[in-house]
Amino acid sequence: MENNIRIETPVTDEEIRKLKAGDNVLITGVIYTARDAAHKRLIELINRGEKLPIDPKGQIIYYVGPAPAKPGYVVGPAGPTTSYRMDSYTPPLLELGLKGMIGKGLRSKEVINAMKEHGAVYFGAVGGAAALISKSIKKAEVVCYEDLGAEAIHRFYVEDFPAIVVIDSYGNNLYESEPPKYRIQ
Amino acid sequence: MREVNAKVIQQTVKELFLEANYVIGKDILDKLRQQYETEESPIGKSVLNQIIKNDEIAAEEKIALCQDTGMAVVFIELGQEVAVVGGDFNDAINQGVKQAYTKGYLRKSVVNDPLFDRVNTKYNIPAITHITIVPGDKITINVTAKGFGSENMSRIKMLKPADGIQGVKDFIVKTAVEAGPNPCPPIILGVGIGGTMEMAAILAKKATTRSVGEHNSDVRYARLEDEILNEINKSGIGPAGLGGRTTALSVNIEYFPTHIAGLPVAVNICCHAARHAQRVI
Repeated sequence: MENNIRIETPVTDEEIRKLKAGDNVLITGVIYTARDAAHKRLIELINRGEKLPIDPKGQIIYYVGPAPAKPGYVVGPAGPTTSYRMDSYTPPLLELGLKGMIGKGLRSKEVINAMKEHGAVYFGAVGGAAALISKSIKKAEVVCYEDLGAEAIHRFYVEDFPAIVVIDSYGNNLYESEPPKYRIQ
Repeated sequence: MREVNAKVIQQTVKELFLEANYVIGKDILDKLRQQYETEESPIGKSVLNQIIKNDEIAAEEKIALCQDTGMAVVFIELGQEVAVVGGDFNDAINQGVKQAYTKGYLRKSVVNDPLFDRVNTKYNIPAITHITIVPGDKITINVTAKGFGSENMSRIKMLKPADGIQGVKDFIVKTAVEAGPNPCPPIILGVGIGGTMEMAAILAKKATTRSVGEHNSDVRYARLEDEILNEINKSGIGPAGLGGRTTALSVNIEYFPTHIAGLPVAVNICCHAARHAQRVI
């Protein structure tokens, strides 16, 4: 990839607002993992007014349930899962200051509106590139919900994690802007 | 009767799931490389490059090429002159799956109840098994590790006979286009036409395990496969849904006789990580 923009977590509002749909980014720092089941628990805590096991402020959540790590590996293959399943859980996390999500596939209007309102970015990682992506994950540990297995919340330390800004904080969306350029009527 | 020990079935199932999860088929990798050369979209090209690199790493290091190592689907063609001895056939399949997923560092993605009690079964079992009795004294085992990103985008429709060829085409193309970026394009479409509702779905699943580039032996269906593939690739969805000419790698149609009143069509979408392997015992 050319013209990569490097970003470090946690990210600020200002940094997020600079990112534009189509930017190739390399992410370095701590990111958290969560899928359907973990999101459900986080939202239940928010609804009960309880403290979350992770503070979403300035953070990036990666939608992934890694495969087990082979001996000698820090993490197993870890590519993105389809994001729309997390849509209904996402706006409350954006309200709490979540700045980025990494996944694949479409997002709902509600999520995109909340991203615009609170300043957040949706990054795409290549679905099915799990072995390749896992090379940029240098440390992995379970934060909570160990009973969920692959769906537990993990803390990853990543270096130059490759992603593309699919939907920026202004609502520009590659899934809408790119395919028409290659469409044949 | 030829006797086959259940342990042989278990070992074969285990080896096939490991192979399928680590090594992408040469047919798919060749097709991805070919598309990389011709893809016009720079983002699409970059995505294809990442997929090819990924598949090379997985095969070399013997690690799963996708973290969603799928639900285990096993197609068995059991020769009627074979007697399975030394254990239970279904147990052998499930034990083979369990061993592959636990010893092969594959993700366990099965919950024991879809609705009330979504607790992980821990061993990626039960497998979904389809058995057909055939002549002869051989057992053919064809396995596929089916990821759910693409499974969730699959559709079935009971068309009317009057909907005809155009109706079938429209439904298949619409399914692929509506799925958009979600099923990890470039995708492979397994299509089952005819039979009953469940037969169409099973044919569609089986069709996902056919090699890319191989056509239905009936030229009319083969032509339909090409026409639908072209139509889908006109959508511009492209690799990862980020724009481009490569939305689907293959459309594989299987058909079966059906009822005078019916025209069932099932579309089983499979991502580019179409993991399957087959062996004859």
